[in-house]
Amino acid sequence: MDWITTVDHKKIAILYLWAGGLFFGIGGLEAILIRIQLIKPMNTFLDAQTFNELITMHGTTMIFLGVMPVIFALMNAVIPLQIGARDVAFPFLNALGFWTFLFGGILLNLSWIMGGAPDAGWTSYTPLSTTTYSATHGVDFYTIGLQIAGLGTLIGGINFLATIITMRAPGMSYMRMPMFAWTTFITSAIILFAFPAITVGLVLLTFDRILGANFFEVGGGGNPVLWQHIFWIFGHPEVYILILPAFGIISEVIPTFARKRLFGYSSMVFATILIAFLGFMVWAHHMFTTGLGPVANALFSVSTMLIAVPTGIKIFNWLFTMWGGQVRFTTPNLFAVGFIPTFTMGGVTGVMLASAPADFQFHDTYFVVAHFHYVIVGGLVLGLFAGLHYWWPKMFGRMLDEGLGKWTFWTFIIGFHMTFFVQHFLGLMGMQRRVFTYLPNQQFDLLNLISTIGAGLMGVGMLFFLANIFLTSRKPADAADDPWEDGRTLEWTIPSPPPEYNFKQTPLVRGIDAFWKEKTAGHKGMTPSEPVGSIHMPSATILPFLMSVGIFIAGLGFMFSRDTFSSEALSFLFNNYIVTGLGLLITFGSMLMRSLYDDHGWHIEPEELEGR
Amino acid sequence: MTTAHAEAVNGTLPHEPEKATLEGRNKVLAFWLFLGGEAVLFGTLFATFLALRNQTNEGPSANELFHLPLVAAATFLLLVSSLTSVFAIQAMHRNRPALLRSWLLVTVVLGAAFLGLEIYEFSEYVRHEEFGMTTSAFSSAFYTLVGFHGAHVAFGILWISVLIGQLVRKGLTVVTAPKIYVSAMYWHFIDVVWVFIFTVVYLLGKVG
Ligand code: HEM
Ligand SMILES: [Cu+2]
Repeated sequence: MDWITTVDHKKIAILYLWAGGLFFGIGGLEAILIRIQLIKPMNTFLDAQTFNELITMHGTTMIFLGVMPVIFALMNAVIPLQIGARDVAFPFLNALGFWTFLFGGILLNLSWIMGGAPDAGWTSYTPLSTTTYSATHGVDFYTIGLQIAGLGTLIGGINFLATIITMRAPGMSYMRMPMFAWTTFITSAIILFAFPAITVGLVLLTFDRILGANFFEVGGGGNPVLWQHIFWIFGHPEVYILILPAFGIISEVIPTFARKRLFGYSSMVFATILIAFLGFMVWAHHMFTTGLGPVANALFSVSTMLIAVPTGIKIFNWLFTMWGGQVRFTTPNLFAVGFIPTFTMGGVTGVMLASAPADFQFHDTYFVVAHFHYVIVGGLVLGLFAGLHYWWPKMFGRMLDEGLGKWTFWTFIIGFHMTFFVQHFLGLMGMQRRVFTYLPNQQFDLLNLISTIGAGLMGVGMLFFLANIFLTSRKPADAADDPWEDGRTLEWTIPSPPPEYNFKQTPLVRGIDAFWKEKTAGHKGMTPSEPVGSIHMPSATILPFLMSVGIFIAGLGFMFSRDTFSSEALSFLFNNYIVTGLGLLITFGSMLMRSLYDDHGWHIEPEELEGR
Repeated sequence: MTTAHAEAVNGTLPHEPEKATLEGRNKVLAFWLFLGGEAVLFGTLFATFLALRNQTNEGPSANELFHLPLVAAATFLLLVSSLTSVFAIQAMHRNRPALLRSWLLVTVVLGAAFLGLEIYEFSEYVRHEEFGMTTSAFSSAFYTLVGFHGAHVAFGILWISVLIGQLVRKGLTVVTAPKIYVSAMYWHFIDVVWVFIFTVVYLLGKVG
């Protein structure tokens, strides 16, 4: 119950982590099934339809339900602490964002047991995704599930923007903010401007499928390429929503374990902003082969290649940070260091793909699959591992085991390169993506076998990580405030895990790497910027949960509104939008409750603070 | 916050009550951000409409369909409602809750009248022109863009009505003021979107 009603950002972080971890596990199992099917030519382990459903759900799950929430978990756990805030700007909305994400994800995955998963690829290209070619409810689960989950992301984005703008501790100017706070800030801005586009896209596709609209139906005057434009004007920024937080994590971990200030801090900030800006200018590089014409292709080609410049700046800054530092290869730092070359390789293939004429060769082959896995898994997932190992003691008060951590790292990274490195060659040799099998003796056999073995090894790496979590959870929670001993930022100045109110007294920030600055000046902790006083806390509430349940019910109701059921009563309830209405009633009713009954929260008094 | 509360209880509101507390300032800021997202949302809908507005699939075209006098009347109602919401905020800044309530009420009534005209318009198209959601890509784009705006108006009416209720129960305080301020921002935003709809959908449909 405590967990259902919480509005504490640190608990919401943990909820995001478990939910994200769960979906990550599902997505991982789907990946293993895909790789088993491709282990040898003409395999009959899966049929084509199941394979399509698996690749669709794997991609969708991983991006929207796997890595996004883990990113949000780290942001929630760390950002208020790093900027010296007692909370996020809107604790209630924070909880709402989590619950809508979770119920959207559940809705999407219900498709497995309710008559077929989506099967049109994670990009749901029309006309493949229209009712003509995808007749089950699968794509409806996709459009409506993602819509609900996306709502949560948007709410989260606005919340972080407001938090970072207004709740920074005294002295924490923008140019003193830790890099992870910066990348969270910029990522949230991208979310704000990219997600509404996919919201509209999903609505249009839903209307085509459920109400018989004609947005993408050529027969009714619609235009399938329109879907691609809308999808990618969201979709390309989305990949930066994923990678920028990883950049932020790497920029925290490397200086800590090199015992050096981040090289080129301000260039890092500006590179981040530039990447975000350019991210919106390049969407059509996913559409070179749709026939946009040479002028458009050339422009999008050049703008895409430009992104390599700020990205390169970042890579060199990390290398220069380590240069001459006293580098300690702890588990988080291993992941961070492993990130650099791996991500760079993904960037290089990205620039190759950005060359429009070459892309006509690469497009829809395993070369693209290799590229985006190098950036998403080799970049983002390694970054998340670095961040999780780094902040685990702060989140849970327990250090993860270093030995097991190193096993996780080595099995995962070796498995990763085995899986995806060879896919570059498979792609260049002509193996197409999204096909459920291939003929023997095209020289695809051995490389596919290697790839599948590598995937298994990555799975083993995940098992080491799970074992690490499990064993750690049975140890006493005795991590020090600053367990890595070289912490540089504010989160390391308070207990692990932090008390509900984070900071007994809001700290005064006197420079970049505020804590490190005090340490080198010989101080033990931060100078407070206020006397000990009564702290205002928001009350727990069930309403965010209820609102999300309502949306969930409304979504299901809408989805089945055109179906005929064997039971008369069910048909009546669904066809007259009664179920939909009921769901909306729950949601709006909860909103009304929220508005009618003021919630003044409660206070923690100074005596209580001293008592601890 | 505590001092602002005390002032509110004594009946002397700070000059800009919506920005008197951190919660209030956060709310206003976040709402500006939210409107940024809404702008992208409507931008995408407009782009879709522009791409499909001539794809009539042998159904009615914009020129055949639209009656400008009706739309002009609706536009007038909505523009005036924006003005009355400005009066409401002015009343709030002068700390006159009764006047504030009346202006909000007028705003809601005008909004409802606008919505009524829109529903009438849609039903005419469906009944007499055989122009429904499924007729053509143009019809889908039209109903989705204009309908989305209509849904926003409907939500705004509900929202402001609830706020009027809150004003009656709780009076004008530093807690209710930001909500009212933000709802007025929302109302202006809807109004601006409508100006674009009037131009891009209706005027362009008649002449272009
Ligand atoms: C220097 C940076 C990058 C460049 C120049 C680049 C370029 C490209 C291009 C041109 C494509 C289209 C290939 C095709 O479909 O034919 C592509 C695909 C893709 N990229 Fe990147 N990329 C870069 C970084 C990233 C990052 C950071 C991510 C994610 C974190 C990412 C994720 C993806 C994904 C998911 C696809 C495949 C989309 C699909 O399913 O078709 N890329 N990239
Ligand atoms: Cu892209």
